[in-house]
Amino acid sequence: MAVYLLRRVALAVGVLWAAYTVSFVVLYLLPGDPVATMAAGGSDGEPVSPAQLDALRARYGLDQPLITQYGTKLWAALHGDFGTSFATGRDVRGAIGDALPPTLQIALSGLLVAIVFGSAVALVATYTRVRWLRQVLMGLPSLAVSLPVFWVGLMLVQLFSFRLGLLPSVGARGPEALVLPAITLGLPTGALIAQVLAKSMSQVLDEPYVTTARAKGVGEAGVHLRHALGNAVIPALTVLGYVVGNLLAGSVVVETVFTRPGLGRLTVSSVGVQDIPVVQGIVVFAALVFVLVNLVVDLVYPVLDPRITTGAAV
Amino acid sequence: MTTDVLLPAEGTVPGAAVAVPVPATPRERLARLGRFLRGRPGLVVSIVFVALVLVAAFVPSVLAPGDPTLGVPADKLQAPGLGHVLGTDYLGRDVYTRVVHGASLSLQATVIAVAVALVVGGLIGLLAGFVGRWVDETLMRFVDVLLAIPAILLSLALITALGFGTVKVAIAVGIASVANFARVMRAETLRVRRSTYVEAARSVGTRWYVTLRRHVLPNAAGPVLVLAVLEFGLAILAVSSLSFLGYGAPPPAPEWGSLVAEGRNYLATAWWLCAMPGFAIAATVLSVNRISRALDGEWARFS
Repeated sequence: MAVYLLRRVALAVGVLWAAYTVSFVVLYLLPGDPVATMAAGGSDGEPVSPAQLDALRARYGLDQPLITQYGTKLWAALHGDFGTSFATGRDVRGAIGDALPPTLQIALSGLLVAIVFGSAVALVATYTRVRWLRQVLMGLPSLAVSLPVFWVGLMLVQLFSFRLGLLPSVGARGPEALVLPAITLGLPTGALIAQVLAKSMSQVLDEPYVTTARAKGVGEAGVHLRHALGNAVIPALTVLGYVVGNLLAGSVVVETVFTRPGLGRLTVSSVGVQDIPVVQGIVVFAALVFVLVNLVVDLVYPVLDPRITTGAAV
Repeated sequence: MTTDVLLPAEGTVPGAAVAVPVPATPRERLARLGRFLRGRPGLVVSIVFVALVLVAAFVPSVLAPGDPTLGVPADKLQAPGLGHVLGTDYLGRDVYTRVVHGASLSLQATVIAVAVALVVGGLIGLLAGFVGRWVDETLMRFVDVLLAIPAILLSLALITALGFGTVKVAIAVGIASVANFARVMRAETLRVRRSTYVEAARSVGTRWYVTLRRHVLPNAAGPVLVLAVLEFGLAILAVSSLSFLGYGAPPPAPEWGSLVAEGRNYLATAWWLCAMPGFAIAATVLSVNRISRALDGEWARFS
């Protein structure tokens, strides 16, 4: 177990380091002069002298050779310091920390919507004997992932806020304001869950123990809920990392559509002003979340499914 | 397995192609296609719609002869009706014309994105699968890292570095979807590399790059191209999301994502401004996905 754990943690750290490096290469090596952008934005069109530009570069360490910059930045990042924002001069970690709670709110409520919608669709689709209902339900997920998220959000606002006047259209005040963003965010994620769960349900329903349960006279509902569901959920857990990543990524669009504060909005505004440290911080943060979720799934997996051994074979 | 190819199987006369399906004449193939399509009305609709979108992208004036940027202020914010099928926007521009002309930029970006992903991902996969050993290990670890970062965030990081514009958005989306292509291409290359004809090519002294180009690449390309059709749908969504966020073409030019963004301010009074370009995106993605499903096995299984 200890070896298994160590290997998983080492792998996670490796992915994280590589994510940092990839984002560094993308953001610092590709053409584009953040200092010029920053100076142009800050002084309202007044010409900036080359000396001032150089001073700015020196302040952010951008005059150093890239490999030195990489080394110092990585070392700082290891200590939790992701530098300061070009645009606001704020500490990147603080900025992300402040933007996180509202995003967590919609991400968690979106996850709830996704799980309820996804498992309801999957369960009813595998349970029902009505052919057309099954076909409609199996078609729902591929429909849901084909709709542009931003458009679904706007159409929900149009219908529920402007037509019916039931829910607020924008803002982050009160639990009512959470409903539409959660649905918008949860729909495509729920579709993913429905697809994975339906597939694993139909596999589990072919297992001998399901036949045994049926032979002993357990009703269909009992077979589905008591015997099949628990075992079908385990393989579905492996996509949890993608689910959480999807929710984080979805917040970029959803927070823009509903004008809510949060990580997504911070991303959009930082990209707009080429705020490299903040963008990098967010990318690494997303990778960290993905890696952590997968690590937890990897560790919980053998507990949930005793058939999986943690010995040398893993 | 190796003997099967070199020696005729038991009970067959050399020369008689019993195990090999008889190559169909063009006419038979057409008949098979007809039967295939007759049972699948949804697929027919999808193909027709995608064809229309392609016409809109290349020769928009055939479908919408008007000028997408010319507004008639007197006609502004008209609901969909006889004069303007999809209504007009806040400057009196015809929404239908703008959606049709928007297909061009949106599809252009999508094609570039898929091409970038196909070429870069394909090369990574081909190299990893063909060379093997540490090259494979290194490249696939890199691909794993790309999968750990949500695609839209990776695209946004690239846009931060590259700047705004349709082509830059397209490249960003393409790079962000390299991972899937690399994985499929690698798996296919590994499969083909172990086959007898590659072994045969090597044993007669064919140089490795000739083997790669003439034997491995054509035989591994099939599933990768099917994936490309599927990724096309995802790329339309990604490109239009980024264009909605405002990183695409600057305002007067119509682009599906930015058309939805423009309509956002009039959501309460003029729903059609947002709804119509969004329908175009959704219908295109659905159609492309339907076609990719047909290509991915459905056609092969059909007899």
